[in-house]
Amino acid sequence: MALQIYAYILHKDGAVDDTALEMVAAAGKLDPAASLTAIVAGSKIDSVCKSLTASFKEVWKIDNDALSYPNSEVIRGLLSRIIPKDGIMLIAHDHFGMDLAPGLSVKLDGTYLPDTVDFEGVEGNKLKAVRQEFGGQVSTHVMCDISGGAVITIRAGAFRAAEVPNAGGAVVDKTADALAGGLPGGTRRFVEIVAAEVGDVDITKSEILVSVGRGIGEQENIEIIKELAKAVGGDVSCSRPIVDAKWLEKSRQVGTSGQTVKPKVYMALGISGSFQHLGGIKGSPFMVAVNKNPKAPILQVADIGVIEDMLEFVPMLTEKINELK
Amino acid sequence: MEILVCVKRVPDTAENEISVNSSGSDIERGDLVYSVNEWDNYAVEEAIQIRDKVGGSVTVVSVGDADSEEVLRREMAMGADKGILLSDSAFDGSDGKGLATVLKAEIEKGKYDLILTGTQADDGAGQVGGMLAAMLNLPYASLVNRVEVLDGKKIKIGREIAGGNQEINEIDLPCVLSIQTGINEPRYVGIRGIRKVASVEIPVHGASALGVSPDSVGKNAAKVSRIDYFVPSLGKGAELLEGSIEEKVEKLFELLKSKGGIK
Repeated sequence: MALQIYAYILHKDGAVDDTALEMVAAAGKLDPAASLTAIVAGSKIDSVCKSLTASFKEVWKIDNDALSYPNSEVIRGLLSRIIPKDGIMLIAHDHFGMDLAPGLSVKLDGTYLPDTVDFEGVEGNKLKAVRQEFGGQVSTHVMCDISGGAVITIRAGAFRAAEVPNAGGAVVDKTADALAGGLPGGTRRFVEIVAAEVGDVDITKSEILVSVGRGIGEQENIEIIKELAKAVGGDVSCSRPIVDAKWLEKSRQVGTSGQTVKPKVYMALGISGSFQHLGGIKGSPFMVAVNKNPKAPILQVADIGVIEDMLEFVPMLTEKINELK
Repeated sequence: MEILVCVKRVPDTAENEISVNSSGSDIERGDLVYSVNEWDNYAVEEAIQIRDKVGGSVTVVSVGDADSEEVLRREMAMGADKGILLSDSAFDGSDGKGLATVLKAEIEKGKYDLILTGTQADDGAGQVGGMLAAMLNLPYASLVNRVEVLDGKKIKIGREIAGGNQEINEIDLPCVLSIQTGINEPRYVGIRGIRKVASVEIPVHGASALGVSPDSVGKNAAKVSRIDYFVPSLGKGAELLEGSIEEKVEKLFELLKSKGGIK
């Protein structure tokens, strides 16, 4: 029997998120014979649903004014009323999916498979999938029992969105079914969004970024990064641990929870290269990674790798540049 | 406020090279140093700061073997009032739901206003907090990077969302929160601090003490199981510069110059 797969669609200001098409690719990889349904929740979402009919055979709409900002507690309640017992729910592994998915799997009494990067087929009730552990340094094959349904979160960018022929899908209004019994939740209430503070440098506009990570070790070592940035005429950016330690301001953080940058040259110094960090680098810059760990994931995506201790290497490079440029 | 924080003992892999053993059954753990999961440490610091502001107590709990006791002790040296170890061979091989089932049983033995976990641990799953909340029918929020106690009934929290923005919510107590790194600056724990709590007794609760059926946890109950570890290959990989460090400096200088990396 073919699986029934449901994709939860993220959208904002009337535009569908890139992950929607990645879900189509992921579902196809999971089970090419599966039926795939998009689920859209929100307020005034007719045009969003309509646009999805090009990629999905069926689009379920849950439209209510109370859903204008997605609250995972409310969405969890709604989904658990309409997803059938053995359904497979795909959700993007972002700040909303991480909020929604683990609890949804409990409410649906299904298996939870988090942050999945690939599928390697279904045999009977068993799904073989690929995940990563230890910050992406090691991958694992996992086997999941999907006989009672599953909630699976998908890493953004892991499945390449494919051009699909027009699905000629239809929108099905599920609002009444989802809201039967009233609006769920109420114990967690959205208040507001506090916008990111603006820093002294806008790294999203920088052409050359000299980016520092955990390998810097100590706060006072940040100086060598500033000196290199000055020598090359670039700006200093960083990965998350540097901001967590309060060594640089949040506005300099590259990554999905920080800034999305598109420089021409990106130097990753002592940065291991988590997917959250790499998710913030767009436009395929010329990427140089300096890391003492030859297995750092950053070396798989960088153009040039230097296996050295950055504390030794960076000052030598700065000196060379100042001498010869 | 009575606060419980779930912590996990993990290998420190942030700056260490990890390799997979020859059979692929595990990573090479021999040379790795273990400590508390970084996210959990932020959660414990947050709990201590809340307690110091509004009163109450902080309990740290871990599911693990006897080695996890040192992690509990470390967090008690930070300032947690009490540690509890949940340990039983029946728990081995548990998936996220199994771990949440064990923690739920312990939580139901006490009365907590606030339950904290780290956002994620070494396996990057980020699942136990959300599952625990759903099992306990308590409100939940993930990626929490700010907590403000409003009164005895509710708190205000900030969540880290995309682009450096923060989503503010009000959430009723009791609740479960998964804490994100950077929410505070965890205090340093010295040898002296650990020595101070070295003789404090840490109770150990097994399946029967918790009233957890062995069929509901562990390997046999797990719906998700790891088959093997392998080293991923994502792309073509970087061209590694060879030679002495001076030669690498020279080569990189030339490359940067030709690629517009030096203005």
